Amino acid sequence: MNFSYPEFLVKVSENCIKCRRCIKECSFGVFSWDGEKIKINHEKCVACHRCAACCPASAITILKYPVSFKENHLWTEEILRDIKKQADTGGKILTGCGNDKPYPVLWDKMLIDACQVTNPSIDPLREPMELRTYLGKKPEKLEFWHDKSGEIKLTTVMEPQIKLETPVIFAGMSYGAVSLNVHLILARAAKELGTIMNTGEGGLPQELLPYKDHIVVQIASGRFGVNLEYLNSCAAIEIKIGQGAKPGIGGHLPGEKVTEEISRTRMIPAGTDAISPAPHHDIYSIEDLRQLIYAIKEATRYRKPVGVKIAAVHNVAAIASGVVRAGADIITIDGFRGGTGASPKVIRDHAGLPIEIALARVDEQLRKEGIRHLASIVASGGIRSSADVLKAIALGADAVAIGTAALIALGCHLCQKCYTGLCAWGITTQKPELTRRLNVEEGALRVTNLVKAWNLEIKEILGALGINSIESLRGNRERLRGIDLDEVYLDVLGIKPAGR
Amino acid sequence: MIEPLFSKDISGCAIVGIINTKGKPIKGDVITEAISVMHERSNGLGGGFAAYGIYPEYKEYYAFHIMFLDEGIKESVEAYLQEKMVLVKSEDIPIRKKMSFLNTPILWRYFLEVPQSKLTPKITEEDYVVSIVMNINKRFKGAFVFSSGKNMGVFKGVGYPEDISRFYRLEEYEGYLWTAHGRFPTNTPGWWGGAHPFALLDWSVVHNGEISSYGINKRYVETFGYECSLLTDTEVIVCLLDLMIRRHRLPIDIALNALAPPFWSEIDSMEKNMREALTALRIVYGSALLNGPFSIIIANSESMIGLTDRIMLRPFVAAKKDDFVYMASEEAAIREICPEPDAVWSPKGGEPVVARLEVQI
Ligand code: SF4
Ligand code: SF4
Repeated sequence: MNFSYPEFLVKVSENCIKCRRCIKECSFGVFSWDGEKIKINHEKCVACHRCAACCPASAITILKYPVSFKENHLWTEEILRDIKKQADTGGKILTGCGNDKPYPVLWDKMLIDACQVTNPSIDPLREPMELRTYLGKKPEKLEFWHDKSGEIKLTTVMEPQIKLETPVIFAGMSYGAVSLNVHLILARAAKELGTIMNTGEGGLPQELLPYKDHIVVQIASGRFGVNLEYLNSCAAIEIKIGQGAKPGIGGHLPGEKVTEEISRTRMIPAGTDAISPAPHHDIYSIEDLRQLIYAIKEATRYRKPVGVKIAAVHNVAAIASGVVRAGADIITIDGFRGGTGASPKVIRDHAGLPIEIALARVDEQLRKEGIRHLASIVASGGIRSSADVLKAIALGADAVAIGTAALIALGCHLCQKCYTGLCAWGITTQKPELTRRLNVEEGALRVTNLVKAWNLEIKEILGALGINSIESLRGNRERLRGIDLDEVYLDVLGIKPAGR
Repeated sequence: MIEPLFSKDISGCAIVGIINTKGKPIKGDVITEAISVMHERSNGLGGGFAAYGIYPEYKEYYAFHIMFLDEGIKESVEAYLQEKMVLVKSEDIPIRKKMSFLNTPILWRYFLEVPQSKLTPKITEEDYVVSIVMNINKRFKGAFVFSSGKNMGVFKGVGYPEDISRFYRLEEYEGYLWTAHGRFPTNTPGWWGGAHPFALLDWSVVHNGEISSYGINKRYVETFGYECSLLTDTEVIVCLLDLMIRRHRLPIDIALNALAPPFWSEIDSMEKNMREALTALRIVYGSALLNGPFSIIIANSESMIGLTDRIMLRPFVAAKKDDFVYMASEEAAIREICPEPDAVWSPKGGEPVVARLEVQI
């Protein structure tokens, strides 16, 4: 007997013109043709909405499966389903996307200031508004040579910096987890926007080489695709220690996803599982990290910033301080809402920290130790809107990275089934009939539009704050107020309560 | 006791400054006349003056002007000064006692020397003095150091600037450089320490405006050990100047560019040396950028500098006549004391006006 119920109910109304397009569109195999009409297997539906979006007769509706569980706040529907699934299979439950549990979203408990009377707001349509941001290690101070005639020359040698025209960058998502088209889209958008995309840990597909000045290549525990050419085909290199969706956990790309192309970029045989071990097996402590950072710097002749990405965990401030002292030029902190292509659900939903808290603590700790200038901070993990970007910058981030938001712009409906390789939107799949669904040109335009729209909103709010350059908001917590937060939260975030 | 419980200054104001670049003495009544023309820009809740060259006979010593709310706190601060510094002279600052103001504190001045034994190769004499000033302001409740430079002093209080000038008998002082401020605060209590100028060592600042970037400017200087203890955001400008010019030894023009830098679009089209210099400056000193509307007059023993924000949201006029350079919120203030200047101009937003002393004082 089957103890599980379908999660969704798929209905095809009488408007159906029997074109059978839904059968093709649904990669999860919900629809079939019984000779006369569309047959439906509700069990398989994941609510990705591909069918509904494509049905020419608008005949398809997807509903929550209308069985009512006896209400129970302890034994929720989700818990019951999970238990049954595990009793069926004996396996750990996998999932995709970020933590979806109702933990507090602190972004929504912070309010932004604005000017009135005593301080004029600035009209972004009339006055310049500067978003330019540089990522990389900064010296504590500068030295200049100058003479009486007013001639001035910088004598300090600057460390390499990445120049961004927006404080929004794209988060690491590997080729393998996402399709090549997603990579191409993000690379194009990054170039158009004057920002950067991140290859994730799956190596660099050759097709991305024309965009190398807008690409951060990643080195994770699997070391896929890493060679000298890789290290030199980029704007910066990132060592990935952890990921917000699965802190402390490695990665596993099943052999069936390792196609010919992916085997080439990852430099592993086709069809074999691509395993990223939980730790880097050559990094068992902070001095090992330092060695790797400097090995990469040597290999790239100190011409590129080297970043380190860590998951937001309880002791994140002290860890970040160690990472910065180990020589990282950029530190990316990924909060527990960060997305994933595949993660054990129990980890995704229960480990880590909100990015708001991790960011506030790291920025403060680095300042306290007087080493804030040694590394730029990138915040990621659940950034949803320009308001989140602004609040993150006011808390102290140099830039924010977005992953999920960009994928949503491409059609992702957060069905959380990325690990199946069946993504009906062509995002987290390698099946050619599915990846084809994502048009590179159109996708690049959509992602570019999204970030441009955020840029406009950020400028609007900066103007309202009476600020015409993003660096005057960076770390300026004075312009944030907490609402509905207790004293401990306010203290950790370093902001005042509303009304004060 | 009036508690400084506020961390951001919201006020409109009048500022004025005069320097004689040949170091000739100017009487205190001159600047008083100029600032009183702009009476409308103040509301009687703050006025003050910085004067340079007023203590020639004690010019080797740090002159501390300190306010105390009561005798008790005065005694503890004096004990602290005795312990940390060599006290050369201590006296009350002469005032017209009959004039009455809100919350008039005890006003005292000290001429001090730094004991050489306290210095190490890492701690310069000036670092030492800065730490003493920060300590008094932060840890001695009810005491506040108005100024701490050599051969200069700050006179300020809660009142219209012309009344404050009479109160301190400024007509009896002579200096080669004066700045003045009339304040229109909208939310600070009548605390004497909150009036301008703000000063540290021989730097002083009078400021008309509001700093929208205050939160980060403050956190930035705090990472270098400065403590902003006050009722207003102006003191952060003094800390930034001290950090960049004295501690980091940036050329003055460069430091001013950090406070109000050109836009990226302008920097991108500059010639190579300048482009590299200013790009690096914005990258490294971005947290020193003063955003928001302001016009300020900065002074030290060698120069007087006027500066506005990058898009000039507050008024500022400069003028020249012979050896004199004038700066003010309004031209009328300058015309009052110099009816026919050789030149009057309104500088571009973010473009500093620098008047340097041409002689050794
Ligand atoms: S396309 Fe998506 S929403 Fe439609 S039936 Fe298939 S799984 Fe369900
Ligand atoms: S990427 Fe695809 S599979 Fe993953 S959540 Fe989005 S729509 Fe679903």
